[in-house]
Amino acid sequence: MNPSFSSPTTNLLDEALGIGRTGSVPWRIALVQDCVEASGAFLLHHLLKRSLSAEAAGAVVFLGLAQPFSHYDRVLRKMGCNLSLQRNKNKLHFIDLLDLEFLVAGGTDQNAIEDGFMNLYNRILRFIEANNLMHNNGGWIRIIIDDISLLEIAAQGSSSHTFDFLQYCATLTSELDCSLLILNHGDIYSSEEDQRLLSHLDYLSDVVIKAETLSTGIAVDVHGQLTIINKRALGELGWSSSKVYNFQFKLKENAVEFFYPGTKF
Amino acid sequence: MAESISRSLRDGCLEGEHAPALTIEDSLASSLGSSVFDHFLAHLVSQIAAGKSQARGLVLVAFNRSPAFYLELLRRKGVDAQHVDKRVRILDCYSDPLGWKKRVPPLKTAQNLPVKANVACFSDARDTNKLMASILDLGKGTSYSELDATSCNVLNLVYLLTEFVGQDKSRFAVAIDLVSSLLRYTSLPTVAGLLNKLRSNDQTSCIVWLIHSDLHEQRVSAALAYVSTMVASIQPIAQCTDEQTSQQNSVWLGKNSDKAKLHVRLKRRNGRVKLLAEELHLDQVGVKFTAVGAQNSNVAKSLLPKVQFNLQLSEQERVERAKVVLPYEHQGNGEEIQIYDGRRSLSDSISISQPSVASPVISDTQVAPGIGEIHYVRDSDDEQPDSDEDPDDDLDI
Repeated sequence: MNPSFSSPTTNLLDEALGIGRTGSVPWRIALVQDCVEASGAFLLHHLLKRSLSAEAAGAVVFLGLAQPFSHYDRVLRKMGCNLSLQRNKNKLHFIDLLDLEFLVAGGTDQNAIEDGFMNLYNRILRFIEANNLMHNNGGWIRIIIDDISLLEIAAQGSSSHTFDFLQYCATLTSELDCSLLILNHGDIYSSEEDQRLLSHLDYLSDVVIKAETLSTGIAVDVHGQLTIINKRALGELGWSSSKVYNFQFKLKENAVEFFYPGTKF
Repeated sequence: MAESISRSLRDGCLEGEHAPALTIEDSLASSLGSSVFDHFLAHLVSQIAAGKSQARGLVLVAFNRSPAFYLELLRRKGVDAQHVDKRVRILDCYSDPLGWKKRVPPLKTAQNLPVKANVACFSDARDTNKLMASILDLGKGTSYSELDATSCNVLNLVYLLTEFVGQDKSRFAVAIDLVSSLLRYTSLPTVAGLLNKLRSNDQTSCIVWLIHSDLHEQRVSAALAYVSTMVASIQPIAQCTDEQTSQQNSVWLGKNSDKAKLHVRLKRRNGRVKLLAEELHLDQVGVKFTAVGAQNSNVAKSLLPKVQFNLQLSEQERVERAKVVLPYEHQGNGEEIQIYDGRRSLSDSISISQPSVASPVISDTQVAPGIGEIHYVRDSDDEQPDSDEDPDDDLDI
């Protein structure tokens, strides 16, 4: 693949998300909502890579519940990013599913679940503290959660506790130079009651990225489409207007190609 | 209409009545509720700062957004920072609603943000009694701070003294930025009870709250509507159906992201319910309200089919048309109008008429040859004019 050709197409996503050269982002909380037919995991990989690039001056807390570390390591290595190295350099803090104490305890006691989430929050805080001490300025912190439904399962299905934890992560974003990226599945909630966690997340987030299959059916050259909704935010120059982007993607062996509908031949 | 809401919030409550309460409800289809809440909040604070409202201060219960955001918002809306410090108290339920921050060691490296005197942290969102007490405490604080107390100690002293005296009747407004968050921590009856207690408190001037209606069952919205006097519900301007493709969906999302319809239900004291609708759109500064038909009329004009002829007159054409003198109108040569109505008798008509007007009794010799004339001589003056007679009265029809 010709790299000079692929670079502007990749920028379509960066442009929509407002990712700067140093990997900084203008939003605080972003929600990726995917479905079985069109997985949104590649978006997390892409953003993880951008956050850990050489120009980026920050660190990442990655709650990798969906896959083991070795999986992410392999995927990112193909994309040209060495996760093990970043982990050793303390730029990446990886939290495994097995690390969640309240899951190991296996209790259904409500207080135990709340304490478990509080400990998880404490772990994130301690990493931020260590990062700030190590690098004088510290830069920004990005918290990535893959994915929220597994966190809910770990919490014995208590979406209320899960949301409390997210609320505390959200307060970090307004107090510190921090952003939160959450992956959730849009098609796993059947009843209206369950849908509310998804709606809660939607209200909470500044950017919503929806990964869907093509409405016209399966195609060889197009693997799905993204709808990115940038909500209105209070910035330096008053309120920014909200923007909606819509484009399609094609997953390749070690990269993703983004293009507007109808522009790929 | 939005003004009438602002006005009733400003005027506060009447003696012997509950405080007016405004519910703002939105849904994901049109999630502009926060912006509308900000609008009414900023307006109310500016009225309080100007001393025009019944409320002397405002207690903002922040669940949804950080106190820093609200201070920034009020600064941008042009409310004097000095007034904000004096009149506005923020109960911060956003930063630490469950008290986790007290239980985990604090960040050593956190940049110590300047702690605002008018922000109080609340870390037990599940206890509504405590929340109620905190709101009332803060509210009392706003009422007394008008005594130009410069230092915090003096303020406390004044506060304590007035509390002992207990004669101050000044009221304060309450704004809860998201009841949905509160409902996550407690049950609906508790929340409704809290709101009712706040409304009936004799120190409350008015209450505003926001709720995301699609996060709860229908009965929650209904229960909150019962405890409020005004309900402002935000509806999407363009409805999306399931059949629409996602391509159209994004167009729909774009349309609804900065425009919406505001349906307002006002409840009068006599039980009359008034329904009003308005359109709102967002710009860089904030929310703007317009009447529903304002934009539609422009659309209607442009929807008229393009035809070769004009269906409407321009202003100039209208003026010119007014100038045209129609044939039956007097042409304006200074003479009196002479229209025979068939009622006047011959002699009258002669006496009234000018001498130049030819009399009907003129001999044939005087008439110029070649000009035909019809002479009519009435039989007598007793005869009724023809026009009043029924020409067919002798026929048996």
